[in-house]
Amino acid sequence: MTVLAAKNITMQFGGLTAVDQFNLELQSNELVGLIGPNGAGKTTIFNMLTGVYVPTSGEIILNDESILKKTPHDIVRLGASRTFQNIRLFKDLTALENVKIAYHNFIDYNMIQGMFRTKKFWTEEKKAHEECVKLLDIFDMGEYADTLAKNLPYGQQRKLEIARALASEPKVLMLDEPAAGMNPAETAELMETIHFIRNKFDITVLLIEHDMKLVMGICERIIVVDYGKTIAEGTPDEILKNPEVIRAYLGN
Amino acid sequence: MDLFLQQLINGLNVGSIYALIAIGYTMVYGIIKLINFAHGEIMMFGAYFAFIFATSFGMPIWAVILVPMIIMALAGVAVEFIAYRPLRDAPRLSALITAIGVSLFLQNLALLIFKADPKVMPKLFPETIINLGGVEISSTTLVTIGLSLFFMVLLDLYIRKTKQGRAVRAVSEDKDAAILMGINVDRTISLTFAMGSALGALGGILYSVAYVQVFPTMGVMPGLKAFIAAVLGGIGIIPGAMLGGFIIGMVETMTKAYLSTTWADAIVYIILILVLLFKPTGILGKNTREKV
Amino acid sequence: MDKNKRKAYIINTISIISLYLVFFILIQTKVMNKYFMGIAIMTCIMIIMAMSLNIVAGFLGEMALGHAGFMAIGAYSSAYFSIALMDTGFPLPNIIVLILAMLVGGMVTGIMGFLIGTPTLRLRGDYLGIVTIGFSEIIRIFFINFEPTGGAAGLKGITKLVNFNNVYWITIVIIILMFTFGRSKQGRAIISIREDEIASEAAGIPTTRYKVLAFTVSSFFAGIGGALYAHYQAFVEPSKFGFMFSIEMFVIVVLGGLGSLTGSIVAAIVLTVLPEMLRGFAEYRLLVYSLALIVMMIFRPQGMLGRSEFSLTKFIDSLILRKDIKNSIDGGETR
Repeated sequence: MTVLAAKNITMQFGGLTAVDQFNLELQSNELVGLIGPNGAGKTTIFNMLTGVYVPTSGEIILNDESILKKTPHDIVRLGASRTFQNIRLFKDLTALENVKIAYHNFIDYNMIQGMFRTKKFWTEEKKAHEECVKLLDIFDMGEYADTLAKNLPYGQQRKLEIARALASEPKVLMLDEPAAGMNPAETAELMETIHFIRNKFDITVLLIEHDMKLVMGICERIIVVDYGKTIAEGTPDEILKNPEVIRAYLGN
Repeated sequence: MDLFLQQLINGLNVGSIYALIAIGYTMVYGIIKLINFAHGEIMMFGAYFAFIFATSFGMPIWAVILVPMIIMALAGVAVEFIAYRPLRDAPRLSALITAIGVSLFLQNLALLIFKADPKVMPKLFPETIINLGGVEISSTTLVTIGLSLFFMVLLDLYIRKTKQGRAVRAVSEDKDAAILMGINVDRTISLTFAMGSALGALGGILYSVAYVQVFPTMGVMPGLKAFIAAVLGGIGIIPGAMLGGFIIGMVETMTKAYLSTTWADAIVYIILILVLLFKPTGILGKNTREKV
Repeated sequence: MDKNKRKAYIINTISIISLYLVFFILIQTKVMNKYFMGIAIMTCIMIIMAMSLNIVAGFLGEMALGHAGFMAIGAYSSAYFSIALMDTGFPLPNIIVLILAMLVGGMVTGIMGFLIGTPTLRLRGDYLGIVTIGFSEIIRIFFINFEPTGGAAGLKGITKLVNFNNVYWITIVIIILMFTFGRSKQGRAIISIREDEIASEAAGIPTTRYKVLAFTVSSFFAGIGGALYAHYQAFVEPSKFGFMFSIEMFVIVVLGGLGSLTGSIVAAIVLTVLPEMLRGFAEYRLLVYSLALIVMMIFRPQGMLGRSEFSLTKFIDSLILRKDIKNSIDGGETR
């Protein structure tokens, strides 16, 4: 079943076409890699899929619903969440609070109930607390629950951002260079984590990555973009042999 | 029609003073991203010095104007060195509070030295009325507009044509890159404060001549208006400050003349708000988008 | 509610009551005269003003330099209401009139905050700051020109309904409500916008809506502060609500620590009481005040408490267990 589909999306900044007629179809429970040289337009594609940019033309469908004109938070509610290339955590809040904020839409009480701390407030907050602690535990981050995000080690910050993205219970998870700045050991651990969450939460994962080892190691399908266009698509093996890809990465 | 022309000249007169003061705000903002609340007090002290030199020392006109400008340039540098430099890497709002502190301090210092009662500012320029096709312009008005324009052009040339001017622009654009290019950032910031404060002092002198008085809190309202002018034009952009200054001066004069004196300030604010709602970074400002 | 929370509630309740008893004894034994009582009442009002401003400036992280304007709306609307209510001759106890007037002041101001916030919160940083100054000045000029509320001469004939007894308890209730607001899901959402607006949006927070909410709640409480002020002074005039008054409140918030409600309380007390204590120095008073401000900012730029909250429970724990007292300034439930 198709979860997320982009049809001929194009993004122009002034005279520059950053993404040109890009197409994408993500099936449920798929793990897909989006790769390409620097400046190929990968992050721009992400930004369009998550509502940060509105494409100049084209159509984006998430779960049979057009999300073209939707705001980023609407898209999160409809089931697609993301992480960022340069980690964007709520730095002065604890790891647990970071996750709780993304759990926001499942906490059901209004402002007055919150201010007067009615019974509903307590039960809902208790539920939120338990769920979010559970989520941190899945990432082996339980011990860090009360640590401020800015004080976490780098690898843990990356993981926390993924945990936060999962707290909104998405059907599609988009990871923008999750292994950037990680050492090989951390990358290996991350690969395992990504694989694990895909199965555990039964979600579709789309990831942008520079680290070829990571992409080739876990993705079932890879899309290669260059100059805003798809130049190749296929299994890791096919991609490795594709002359277009080799040209894009190594030059003529 | 004559009345309209008359008001137009008045608007230019007030506008040029706002523009001079606004330049100081915008330059400082451009370079250290700080609203220098003390700028209004720099302007006030400039006016007091001119008052003292003109009444007690009987200095020639050029000295009455230039010496306070130099003194206040040094004072501006001193304020930056003592109060703002230690906070350069602190949260921006802390620096803002410091600026408010400096502003209050200078105001109360003036109150202590000069007392609260307004002093009558002597006419610095020989008063003659020039009749231009039915429109009467006083020489003071002409000199005010002329002096302001002269110094604005001078500043513009300095910023665009000289090495130091280029350094000022470079630091405003990107402080870290400027450091890598071997620019002495501390000195450039001092230079900016010196220039801004000198123009602010000139603005203060001309303002006190136009309204014939000096008093310790005289910097507050024109300071606020000039700051609004800087924001209106697009803060950090020198031509924007000039443009904003003239617009505010013109709007204020025209409202007072044709609509209402009591509502004049409110209308200035309404225009500011409307402009910002449609152009959130001011008239000449560029929209920048955060990279995701 | 777990054991620690229950303990915190008990300790806080005991200290609130004992603080009140201390004041009560001081007043009964005439140690606290009318003058000191006036300072105490103004301090309570400034605590409410500073905390409400902190919702926008500290939680949301936006520069709001027009709080005096909101206070003016609250003061005028509540006073206008209470005068009209008194005129009907309907026999209501004073405290009920005061509470109704506070609610009216808060609601009217909250609605104004909503109307002003909706279009302007698209602006950022200093631009928003200057627009808030603009609105506040427009409000002041409006009241100067608005004859039904006395114009420039001010609104007279307000019944003095506020005394230390009722303002103390009203302040306590409002402090508690602002704390619980900050620690609700709505408060968390607002804080996340301060931390990183783009990330907040990506976490599913409708940021625009929460910005307006923060602005509305902040103005609601500012309106209540204004109502208390009007019914304490029994007189309001536009000149009180000038630009410098907004700045004064902003200074309290930054000095206490942006985002720290307890910081706002402490700073409001210090900055209201300190100038009064300096009255002996007469003309040097504001000079000392401004110097203190500069020195304070240079040596502690993050404000007295930074972003953390002072917790009485942890303070007591640290006293008993002789743990590092610094722990007590390291936050309550949220930190």
